[in-house]
Amino acid sequence: MAEFKQADSLYEWFDQRLGIDKFVKVMMTEYWIPKNINFLWAMGVLLTVMFTLLVVSGIFLLMYYKPDINMAFDSVNYTIMQEVGYGWLFRHIHAVGASVVFLVIYIHMFTGIYYGSYKKGREMIWISGMLLFVLFSAEGFSGYMLPWGQMSYWAAYVITEIFGGIPLIGGDLVVWIRGNFYVSDSTLTRFFMLHVLLVPLAIIGAIVLHFYALRFPHVNNEAGEFFDFDQEAEKYLAGDKKNSKVVPFWPVFLSKDFFVLGVFLVFFFYLVFFHYDFAMDPVNFDKADGLKTPAHIYPEWYFLWSYEVLRGFFFEIAGISGKSLGLIAFAVAQGVFFVLPWLDRSPMVKPANQRPYFKYWFWFLMVDLIVLTVYGKLPPTGANAWVGFASSMTFLMLFIALPFITRAEAKKVGGK
Amino acid sequence: MKEFKILAIIAALVGITYYGIEPYAHHIMHPEVKAADFEFKDLKNVDTSLAGNIDNGKVLVEANCIACHSIEKAGHLQIMSNADAAAAYGVVPPDLSSAGRIYDKNYLANFIFDPVSAMHLSHKYPVGGAKAFPMPSYNWMSPQEIMDVVAYLQSVAPKVAGKDAHKATYDAACGRCHSMSYAKFEATTPKDAIKAYMGATPPDLSQYIKSRKEHYLHGFINDPQLLLAGTSMPRVGLNEKAQEEVIAYMEEIGDSKKAERESVGLWVMLYTFVFAILAYLWKRKIWSEVH
Repeated sequence: MAEFKQADSLYEWFDQRLGIDKFVKVMMTEYWIPKNINFLWAMGVLLTVMFTLLVVSGIFLLMYYKPDINMAFDSVNYTIMQEVGYGWLFRHIHAVGASVVFLVIYIHMFTGIYYGSYKKGREMIWISGMLLFVLFSAEGFSGYMLPWGQMSYWAAYVITEIFGGIPLIGGDLVVWIRGNFYVSDSTLTRFFMLHVLLVPLAIIGAIVLHFYALRFPHVNNEAGEFFDFDQEAEKYLAGDKKNSKVVPFWPVFLSKDFFVLGVFLVFFFYLVFFHYDFAMDPVNFDKADGLKTPAHIYPEWYFLWSYEVLRGFFFEIAGISGKSLGLIAFAVAQGVFFVLPWLDRSPMVKPANQRPYFKYWFWFLMVDLIVLTVYGKLPPTGANAWVGFASSMTFLMLFIALPFITRAEAKKVGGK
Repeated sequence: MKEFKILAIIAALVGITYYGIEPYAHHIMHPEVKAADFEFKDLKNVDTSLAGNIDNGKVLVEANCIACHSIEKAGHLQIMSNADAAAAYGVVPPDLSSAGRIYDKNYLANFIFDPVSAMHLSHKYPVGGAKAFPMPSYNWMSPQEIMDVVAYLQSVAPKVAGKDAHKATYDAACGRCHSMSYAKFEATTPKDAIKAYMGATPPDLSQYIKSRKEHYLHGFINDPQLLLAGTSMPRVGLNEKAQEEVIAYMEEIGDSKKAERESVGLWVMLYTFVFAILAYLWKRKIWSEVH
């Protein structure tokens, strides 16, 4: 053990034992972020704040929520919403926050795709981020069941039913997930466990991995420029702040993020207090009733695009049933973003608008995802079913075409 | 500036998506129906321009109505328990004290003339069908006599206002079938009886202000068949004011924190706005050193 000299202050006492100075440098004042960035680079901090808001509001809700099919609905809509002081506030923050967090995740994710921040050393940032997307999806889905409203019940019924399509084990798997032959009390209680314990733990772990993965390849910048971070950091520390290409995380980077956060929170709280129906579907204020199917069943908006890929295949092709095809397409849609770094064969790390072919692919994908999202909500009847089929096919074709498009792009730009 | 351009693009993409999944999808899933009609113009059996005679109305009511209906405000108390009344009639017959206040005059007159057609329930009680509505048609009365009854009912109705009126109207118009558990109110017709009478237990309305929303309730209460064809819920014939009272009551019970939410909301937004301004000033100061 190293020898300790008498500490002169409380700060020094802690510093000797915890290395506070060093820690603050590594994490904050000498953690370097590129200077050439725009407000889209604030989404990570926004997400961290949103996750914190969700955890804190969730803890308050947890004190009154009852995971039992006979009590859940009233514990939310009466006890929390009407009896507990400011219970409604925590519920609104939690429900609207869960929806808005996905909006920010999507912006964050497509920022990464637009600027090519998933390749050339940044693969692990991308993969850990996609892992977070999947975990947040599980968190959103399990949480949506807890108020035990009609849409809680029927969305859970439809989504768990999807697993029944898996060959051989499908039927057993559905029973295993639900803990019963139908969505029931056991389903609610285990989804409660997933929502408040297992998935949040996994999310925290994945956040740590995601932050850690940023350390070595560093954050991308608006131009996709590669430069020597150590050299630029030295420049900054030597006082040449204006010519350095980097800024420290604290206070420079965060000062900008705080402003973006402030603007975002005004919007967020407007939704929380005055415009929350998009996140708290009116249908879900009817208590779950397994004998009364709602006229329209749809998942929350952030699942609509993949839900539409699932149901876009509504007829048999080459002897394979529509249901199976949809399930295959759905599975592909869940996994395909993970392998994006390897589907993109072009070496260019540039904003999409500076990439000759990729830019078309990117905006095509955006349009297709919006079409899938909108048609994922509309009833799948008549022409809607065909729009769903066409946009689902387009989604798959886009990813099949990506390696070819980007290889052609690589050839055109000559490996730059 | 570039950042504004980026913001505009994101706002456009989010706006288009939002429009598609909210207003547009709702418009497709819930097509607009005919506007609510508080004059009940389809009912034309009774000439409602006739002036009613209250005294004659009293005689007619005492001879024809109080065998089944109580009118507590006029001293005719309910003679059977709710359970016995429900067993005898299928449903507890309404007390008529506030009928003159909450029901539209034209509706009330035509209801007395022929209840089933006024309620839009001929699919449930077809002429000559197995089931008959518990109240007979008084189509043998002259229009003048019917208007006398209406005038009498209007004269006995107590004047109530404010939140008392909200609850009173709910109890009189909805409370025989619909419980409101968040107000600790149970429908006056016992559960089994009302289930047998209606074919299904009428829903508890505690959260209907949230699950159906004001706009839907406005149309639905006025004429349920328009929005839910085949439902056994009758058109109850509330006048516009009474219907607003019912909806106000549903909001008081189902969304009791609305006022608090809206006032806290403004303060929180103001606080966050000030935070954003201070953050901007701080950001300018910090970044002036690095640019």
